[in-house]
Amino acid sequence: MKIHEYQGKQILKKFGVTVPRGIHCTTVDDAVKAAETLGGKVWVVKAQIHAGGRGKGGGVKVATSLEKVREYAGQILGMQLITHQTGPEGQKVRNLLIEEGADIKHEYYVAALTDRATQSVAMMASYEGGMDIEEVAHKTPEKIIKVFINPLVGLTDEQALTLAKGMGMNEASIPQCVETLKNLYTCYMETDASLAEINPLIHEGDGTVKALDAKFNFDSNALYRQPEIVAMRDLDEEDADEIEASKFDLAYISLDGNIGCLVNGAGLAMATMDTIKLFGAEPANFLDVGGGATTEKVTEAFKIMLKNPKVKGILVNIFGGIMRCDTIATGVVAAARETHLSVPLVVRMKGTNEEIGKQILKDSGLPIISADSMAEAATKIVEAVK
Amino acid sequence: MSILINKDTKIVTQGITGKTGQFHTEKCIEYANGKNCFVAGVNPKKAGEKIFDVPIYASVKEAAAETGATVSVIYVPPPGAAAAIWEAVEADLDLAICITEGIPVRDMLMVRNKMKEKEAKGGKKTLLLGPNCPGLITPDEVKIGIMPGHIHKKGRIGVVSRSGTLTYEAVGQLTELGLGQSSAVGIGGDPINGLKHIDVMKMFNDDPDTDAVIMIGEIGGPDEAEAAQWCKANMKKPIVGFIAGVTAPAGKRMGHAGALISGGADTADAKLAIMEECGFKVTRNPSEMAKLLKAML
Repeated sequence: MKIHEYQGKQILKKFGVTVPRGIHCTTVDDAVKAAETLGGKVWVVKAQIHAGGRGKGGGVKVATSLEKVREYAGQILGMQLITHQTGPEGQKVRNLLIEEGADIKHEYYVAALTDRATQSVAMMASYEGGMDIEEVAHKTPEKIIKVFINPLVGLTDEQALTLAKGMGMNEASIPQCVETLKNLYTCYMETDASLAEINPLIHEGDGTVKALDAKFNFDSNALYRQPEIVAMRDLDEEDADEIEASKFDLAYISLDGNIGCLVNGAGLAMATMDTIKLFGAEPANFLDVGGGATTEKVTEAFKIMLKNPKVKGILVNIFGGIMRCDTIATGVVAAARETHLSVPLVVRMKGTNEEIGKQILKDSGLPIISADSMAEAATKIVEAVK
Repeated sequence: MSILINKDTKIVTQGITGKTGQFHTEKCIEYANGKNCFVAGVNPKKAGEKIFDVPIYASVKEAAAETGATVSVIYVPPPGAAAAIWEAVEADLDLAICITEGIPVRDMLMVRNKMKEKEAKGGKKTLLLGPNCPGLITPDEVKIGIMPGHIHKKGRIGVVSRSGTLTYEAVGQLTELGLGQSSAVGIGGDPINGLKHIDVMKMFNDDPDTDAVIMIGEIGGPDEAEAAQWCKANMKKPIVGFIAGVTAPAGKRMGHAGALISGGADTADAKLAIMEECGFKVTRNPSEMAKLLKAML
């Protein structure tokens, strides 16, 4: 689960990381009021969307007067902000963060994330903050310092110092930087984050170390024990169909192709998508119905897939293990009837009660195309949508 | 022979009285020698009772002491699952198999590091399979987990995969071509887990009754590449490899710093390339995994 920058900064602040003073708002008038409340002469008007690269897309502007705050807030609120992470259609800006200006002397990068290979928490830092860290990693990997933290021990003073010095932190700011890193680690663990990134972390003219941005991802498995984080969820930033699917315990992700697919199991679902592509078409979605696919679940899955106007055909691929093929077949027939299915449907069923399942499909009188293997199913659906 | 488990393995089931635990325990007992293998269950509140004729004990330690169980299978719900793994480790079992899906990553980080710490101090090493896995099976001997037993056939092909249904897919194809399996192992889809591809490949390599292996992976993480490198230098048996997720969108699960640390080697294309380079027969068509393997025998 992702959150907005302003929420991320609230969390960082709670854990003792210094952040600029700022106010979240949703209207132009409130943006101006926020700037007045903050005082000073310089403000930053920042678009709040769940994607990075906002500055390059025109979603972050520095205002030197209240008039400018009003002008920029008006421009940014409601715009379709396009960044390298939003896709070509962009993301509508519904929230703003108005912040006091910062006296930036240098921009650094820090992040914490779980490292699969070492089964530890990796903390990374770099002198090259404020830019795309993937580019830094690609071109000059030596400029990224990493430490691996044993969660039974935590981030040690020595490790924090290694990072602070390794990232070239301003000498006078090192003690506060060390504190910041330790607080970031505590924050990462206690909130069940899967990524906590500050880009940039800065030091100011007076040596103060501040987080000018905050990006968090949270482990969805742990949300049950993180009510404060769940309360920060912004459904406007998420795909409506994916939310609808999650209500029925379906894992769904929209894609760009025209073949809808309904599969049990995440690995098999990906393999099915890959097979569709291999045979010359593109999948319209990833959809895992999970282990206990009831008629209701299958019907909802059909409805969600068919909402996508690009869908020209559907491929159902079920490996019936514990879940029997006849149950699935009954569900597919009911779903096809209820949704008045008008696009070609290919069903591939394998496993328990396969023959009974196939008979149910045949007896339904619906134009359902049957297939024995994934490859055959893909060939048939690709042919049918031509 | 087989890897990890056989018809003589004694198993304790943690979470045996829950809905999932009951459902699958019954099916495991019905399969092959299951009746003799599943010797104990654990539930502190129901100690002394029996379920499917299996005695229930208050703790894993007690169950192991009373029955000689050396392997545990865990169906405990996510909030208590990591603690259940640790209980199996503290009881010095040989292997803990965690089926549970949805365990917080932080809990897995903690328990994995506690396991490593115990080993470093000279304590007994307990292997962990999973979590979020279907379990493992040695056909016609014993099935531990949630896979459908009847699609398997005893034989000499090893299967290892992160995905449940994709394991069944491979097994189904093999059985259809008359190729039985020595063992089929689901290592699970979680980022922080126990046995990895490389560990299972080593076991298949050492198993005199395994002739060839199907190794199935998916996007994310360095494990398949690591296994491939090891196989290049050490594996004596033919391998067919498949990686799911060529069409999976980048960054859908992972923030960019997540992709960063794995250095871009965790796309399906990158993994397939490494596996091919390391001598695997790789395919982009998951329908022909068994067919390709048969041609190599």
